[in-house]
Amino acid sequence: MSDVTTGRQLPNRLDNPLKSTLLSWESLLVLVAVVIFVFNSYSSPYFLNEWSLSDMTFNFTEKALIALAMALLIISGEIDLSVAAIIALASTMMGLALQYGADTPVLVAVGVGVGLLCGAFNGFLVTGLKLPSIVVTIGTMSLFRGIAFIVLGDKSFGNYPASFGWFGQGYVWWVISFELVLFLVFAAVYFVLLHRTNFGRRVFAIGNNDVAAQFSGVRVDRIKFILFCLTGLMSGIAAVLLTARLGSTRPSIAEGFELEAITMVVLGGVSILGGAGSIVGVVLAALIMGLVTFGLGLLNVPGIVMSIFIGGLLITVIALPILFRMWRQRA
Amino acid sequence: MTDPILTLAGITKTFPGVRALHNVSLELYPGEVTALIGENGAGKSTLVKIMTGIYQPDEGQITVSGKALSLPTAHSAFEAGVTAIHQETVLFDELTVAENIYLGHAPRNRFGMIDWKTMRAESRKTLEAMAAGIDPDIKLKELGIAKKHLVAVARALSIDAQVVIMDEPTAALSQKEIEELYVLIDLLKEDGKAILFISHKFDEIYRIADRFTVFRDGEQVGKGLIKDTGQSDIVKLMVGRSVDHIFPERKAEIGPVVLEAKGLSHPTEFADISFAVRKGEILGFYGLVGAGRSEVMQAVFGMTRPSHGELVLDGAVINPKSPADAVEAGIVYVPEERGKQGVITGEPIFMNVSLPSLQKTSKSGFLRMAEEFKLARTYTERLDLRASSLSQNVSTLSGGNQQKVVIAKWLATLPKVIILDEPTKGIDIGSKAAVHGFMAELVAQGLSVIMVSSELPEVMGMSDRIVVMREGRIVDTLDNKGLAPETLVRLAAGIAEEAAA
Repeated sequence: MSDVTTGRQLPNRLDNPLKSTLLSWESLLVLVAVVIFVFNSYSSPYFLNEWSLSDMTFNFTEKALIALAMALLIISGEIDLSVAAIIALASTMMGLALQYGADTPVLVAVGVGVGLLCGAFNGFLVTGLKLPSIVVTIGTMSLFRGIAFIVLGDKSFGNYPASFGWFGQGYVWWVISFELVLFLVFAAVYFVLLHRTNFGRRVFAIGNNDVAAQFSGVRVDRIKFILFCLTGLMSGIAAVLLTARLGSTRPSIAEGFELEAITMVVLGGVSILGGAGSIVGVVLAALIMGLVTFGLGLLNVPGIVMSIFIGGLLITVIALPILFRMWRQRA
Repeated sequence: MTDPILTLAGITKTFPGVRALHNVSLELYPGEVTALIGENGAGKSTLVKIMTGIYQPDEGQITVSGKALSLPTAHSAFEAGVTAIHQETVLFDELTVAENIYLGHAPRNRFGMIDWKTMRAESRKTLEAMAAGIDPDIKLKELGIAKKHLVAVARALSIDAQVVIMDEPTAALSQKEIEELYVLIDLLKEDGKAILFISHKFDEIYRIADRFTVFRDGEQVGKGLIKDTGQSDIVKLMVGRSVDHIFPERKAEIGPVVLEAKGLSHPTEFADISFAVRKGEILGFYGLVGAGRSEVMQAVFGMTRPSHGELVLDGAVINPKSPADAVEAGIVYVPEERGKQGVITGEPIFMNVSLPSLQKTSKSGFLRMAEEFKLARTYTERLDLRASSLSQNVSTLSGGNQQKVVIAKWLATLPKVIILDEPTKGIDIGSKAAVHGFMAELVAQGLSVIMVSSELPEVMGMSDRIVVMREGRIVDTLDNKGLAPETLVRLAAGIAEEAAA
């Protein structure tokens, strides 16, 4: 037992906040990002250019928006593998709405609304019927994309209005895209939600021990349901951005997005077992993923090699935090 | 006097930053039970691990049957004839009873294969000698915890162990099962085994032990024969000071009924439960393990839904659908399973304490850490929590201090009724006294306390009235005045009806 007898006054904390910040996973991510940035600048003459860098952000913003909500979900001890399928279904429904003459505001509402509904459906299956989320979302992954396939067949929807296209292709100022701005705003919102509110505190408590959290008066099911809704909502928003950027909908849209979003979350230092993680880490991880894939693209690395790289990265980052924690405990 | 089978001399064991054992000695005699007594953290578990080859001592000597030897592995301890029966038995649910008994030393036939026939026959013989009433061919998971202990004892007999260590073997047993265990221990004694018996409970120690050894802070502070020593002397040795009153005086004024349960029923766990707890009162719930007490309390706390009946709090019917509802109404519950249900071990002390009170410490949903620290400090200091800081991880606290964190968490919500389920199970005597003292303080401040306990002295020492439950029903509700302990035990076990079992 490491109980220490003290005087009456217990201090708030004993560790040095500066030292623990410097030793954190996030600091390591900053270092990695800088190294890759420098490497990219040396390896390709086209990298250090404001338009190149702006293009680079499109590589990660849509997935990173999902990763923000996914981070909270994974911290709470659940997971959603159906996010890419939600994009496919939301995009298909937007295309369908377009066929019936919907204008831009209606299209956005349909995309975001379908995402929210899909998330609520996942949440109901997990919290209402007490099914494990990994099984539920593997099921809904097939279900949502299956519906998209039935509606579309081998056709595609296109001819979205220009005002709708702005969401995926527009710039707010200079080289700063709407997607990037939206991502930064949501990153700030999720940072506050997770680290500065009662809601976020309860999410961590649930992830550490959901039984004890429930015994402490936390409404565990309600919070998990909200987290699934948020993940669905962010997938809906990503569907709007992606559909607007591509200008068309195919049933195979956004395939593999779930793996990249989860990779960002785990690379960001979120424990795959739940209970620990930070939004700052996830944002840095998104940036690193963008830098890496864009850098490889500049070097003309084919897409299939990139997907091997993403798979390898996912395994590495699940192993790395464990090794990192072992190292810190010894330090 | 016979020579001891096992002797430890001058054992010292140091972990980084902590001296767990310092120059301790221990002798275990054949056919005798030696009780190892000490508060949590006194070094008992470390000693057991050294005796069973899991830890190596830094200094000192181990002698078994007159031969000095070292025990570099668990297997070498096993070969030297030392075996341990732990609190939570280390057996295998999916294997049969016979396989569990002979795991690692199964009889072989001439082809070197396991001789199943002999194994089963020998198991049956051993179990029959113990009058255990266990079929060696069934899987272990079909047995209750008490029967599993019997299997562990059978295992000890089968390997012909000379030294049997029992680490709080009664922690999960009912009174009746404990009596059966005593019979077994007598059997082992007759067989000439040396037994080391570790327990927090004095009634057990005085019932079963011949000798005692007391540890405090990693040192041996006394030993002797039980029959020559009074309880208070041993307590004095344990805590290093004399404890005048084991249970605190209570001067609470008992007021009107605060919480009343009327005919609560559950399809499988309990039926027709009615009780009332008044302001300033401690209502004890006594019964055997499995009598349905915890299940009733979890229904009151909103964890499970009763099928019938109603709850009345301060004159109004309440219907808690979740613990969150119960907490809002003013009912809180300190669960028995501290590690799984009570504390969030991965989080620091202050987060554990503030979790149900976030509404109060926050401002429009946003955290205010300073308020949380203030709240946590106020309540943990009232309970005399021993920690290095409020950000210390709860997993690094001892059981007694974890329990204080759970109680602090609930006091901060300013409840009307606090339900404590086995509040002092497995915590050291110092923390125990602190929890008891605090219960007395709570009722003096006008709270109502419901205490579920399987420890007779605790129930009788703390309660104003005692509800006795058996098999999911209330047998009787008694005023705690001039009660004989036997009355409670008889009611709880239903002995009166079973013609003096």
